Amino acid sequence: MIVEVEGLRKSFGSTPVLTGVDFAVPPGTVLGILGPNGAGKTTTVRILTTLLRPDGGSVRIAGHDVVRSPRAVRAAISLTGQSAAVDGGQTGRENLVMIGRLMHLSAAESRTRARGLLDRFDLNEAAHRRVGSYSGGMRRRLDLAMSLIGRPRVIFLDEPTTGLDPASRQDMWAAIRELVADGTTVVLTTQYLEEADRLADQIVLIDGGRVAARGTAAELKRTVGGRRLEFSFPSPDSYDVGISRLPGGIGDPGARLITVPSDGSADTLRRLLHDLNGVPLSTVTEHSPTLDDVFLTLTGHRPGSESPQRREVSA
Amino acid sequence: MTTTVTTTSAGQYLADTATLIGRSVRLTRRDADTLLMSIVLPVMLMLLFVFVFGGAVEIDGTTGRTGYVTFVVPGIILLCVGYGAATTAMSVAKDMHEGMVDRLQTLPIRSSSVLTGHVVASVARNVLATVIVVAAAFVCGFRPTATAAEWLAAAGLLLLYVLALSWLAAALGLLAGSVESASILSFFMLFLPYLSSAFVPTDTMPAVLRGFSDHQPVTPIIDTVRGLLTGTAIGSSAVLAVAWSVGLLLVGFTAAALLFRRRTRR
Repeated sequence: MIVEVEGLRKSFGSTPVLTGVDFAVPPGTVLGILGPNGAGKTTTVRILTTLLRPDGGSVRIAGHDVVRSPRAVRAAISLTGQSAAVDGGQTGRENLVMIGRLMHLSAAESRTRARGLLDRFDLNEAAHRRVGSYSGGMRRRLDLAMSLIGRPRVIFLDEPTTGLDPASRQDMWAAIRELVADGTTVVLTTQYLEEADRLADQIVLIDGGRVAARGTAAELKRTVGGRRLEFSFPSPDSYDVGISRLPGGIGDPGARLITVPSDGSADTLRRLLHDLNGVPLSTVTEHSPTLDDVFLTLTGHRPGSESPQRREVSA
Repeated sequence: MTTTVTTTSAGQYLADTATLIGRSVRLTRRDADTLLMSIVLPVMLMLLFVFVFGGAVEIDGTTGRTGYVTFVVPGIILLCVGYGAATTAMSVAKDMHEGMVDRLQTLPIRSSSVLTGHVVASVARNVLATVIVVAAAFVCGFRPTATAAEWLAAAGLLLLYVLALSWLAAALGLLAGSVESASILSFFMLFLPYLSSAFVPTDTMPAVLRGFSDHQPVTPIIDTVRGLLTGTAIGSSAVLAVAWSVGLLLVGFTAAALLFRRRTRR
C-alpha cells in the first residue's frame, strides 16, 4: 500500500472535522474521496500532503510518516489544489521550470521535462504566453503539468475539475487516466459522482468526518440496490402534497423531485401513481441506481446537480 | 523514481531562494500597473509638493520652490517607500490566498524562502523609485551639497529602512485575511511620513501632534537624510534613525517568520 491512513482525527478548535478515517491505496490505482461539502475531504488531503498536522492517527505515504518525515513525503508527492496555483505573470514554461528547479532538478533537466509536459498537455502554442491570458481549462492543465514535473509517485488532486466546462473536464479526465497508465497513484476528491464513477478504482465516501461507505463504484451501487423512480412536480404546492403521499421517498424541494425505490414492475408504478391520484405531476423517470443514489441514501442529501442516465416516462 | 534530494543543504537552500527571488523579480517587472505606479507616483508627488505647496511654504525663513525642493526630497522618498510596502503586502497576501503557498509547502524546500523573494523584489522596486525621486528633484532644482561619503551614508540608511519596511509589509501580508485587507493594513505605512518632519518642520504642529511626530521612526530618518544631503543639523537623529530601522527590521523579520509558521503549520 503506497498510502496508508489509520484512525485519522482532526479538529479545528472545538469543531471535530475528521473523527477516525481509515483507508489504504494500492500503488498505481485511483482512489476517489467523495463527500458533501464540509465532509472533511479537503482536510484529509491537506493532512496527507503535509499541509496540516493531524490530531491523532497515522498517515504513511510511500513508507514515510507525514508528521515525522514531511520532507521525504514531499519528495514523493504533488498536490493540485482547488484553485490553480500558477503565476499569471510568468509564462507556462517559466512556471514549469520554476517548479522543476524547486524539485531540485538541474536547469537542463527542468527545461527538457517542461518541454515534454507542454507537449503532452497541449500547451505548446501557449508555452511562451503569460498564464494570465490562459483559459480556465489551460490553467488547470498547466497546474497538473506543474505537479508532474518532479515525477511524483502519488498525486493528490483536490476537486480537479470544479468550475470547468464539460469539454475541459473531459480533457482533465483523459490526462488523469494517462497518469494512471504510467503507473502513478492518484488520490482525488470530487463532488462529481460521474467523475468518481469514471476514474476511481476504489471510492471512499466521507460524511460527517468518517468513512460512510467504501468499495468500487459497482459495489457501492449494489449496496443501495433496486431501481429508482423519480417523480417531478410542476409547483411547490404539488411537491408538498406529493411528499406527504409518498412516505418512502427522498425529496429535493428545490428541484421538486421525489425519488422512490422500486422493483421496476408496472404494478409498483401503478400503485404509486394511484397514491398520487389528483396531484399535478410533470414527469416520472426510472433509472438504475447511480452514485447519486448511493450518496443520497447514505448522506441524506444531494451532492450537486448531476444528470444520470434515465428513461423518460410521460405522466 | 525521482532524483529529488530529501535533505536541504545550505547550498540547496540558497539555490531555492535564488529561484524564488528570480520569480518575484520577474513578476514585479511584468506587473505593468505596479511598475507604472512606482515610476509615475514619485514624479507626481514631486511635482505636487514643489509646484502646488512649494510656493506657499516657508522653511527656516526662506520661501520659494527651490528651497522647498531641497527640504522635501527625503519626505517624498519615504512616502514612496510606504507605497512600495503596500504593494509587497498585497503580493504576499496573494500567494497566501491563491494557492501558491500550498504548492510551495508541498515541495521539498524551506518554503519561507518565498518571503525572501518578495522582500528582495520589494527592495529592488523601492531603489528604482528612490532613484526616480532624486532624478525628478534634480530637474526641479534640487542642488544637494553632499560629498560621496554622505551620499553613500544616506543611501545606506534608506536601504536599511526599505529592508525593514519590506519585512514589516511581508508580515502584514501574512496577517491579512485577503489581498484587499493587506492593502488596508498597510495604510499606516503610507500615513507616517505626513505626521513627521517630511513636509513641514514639526515645531509648526500642535503640541500633541508634535509629540507624536518627534517620536516616530520617520522623523529621525528624514532629518538624517536631509542633513547628509543638504548640510542641515543632524544631532542625535542619526543614532535614532539607525536604532529605529534596526528595531523595525527585527520586529518585521521576526513577525513574518512567526506568522509564516503559524499560517503554514496548523
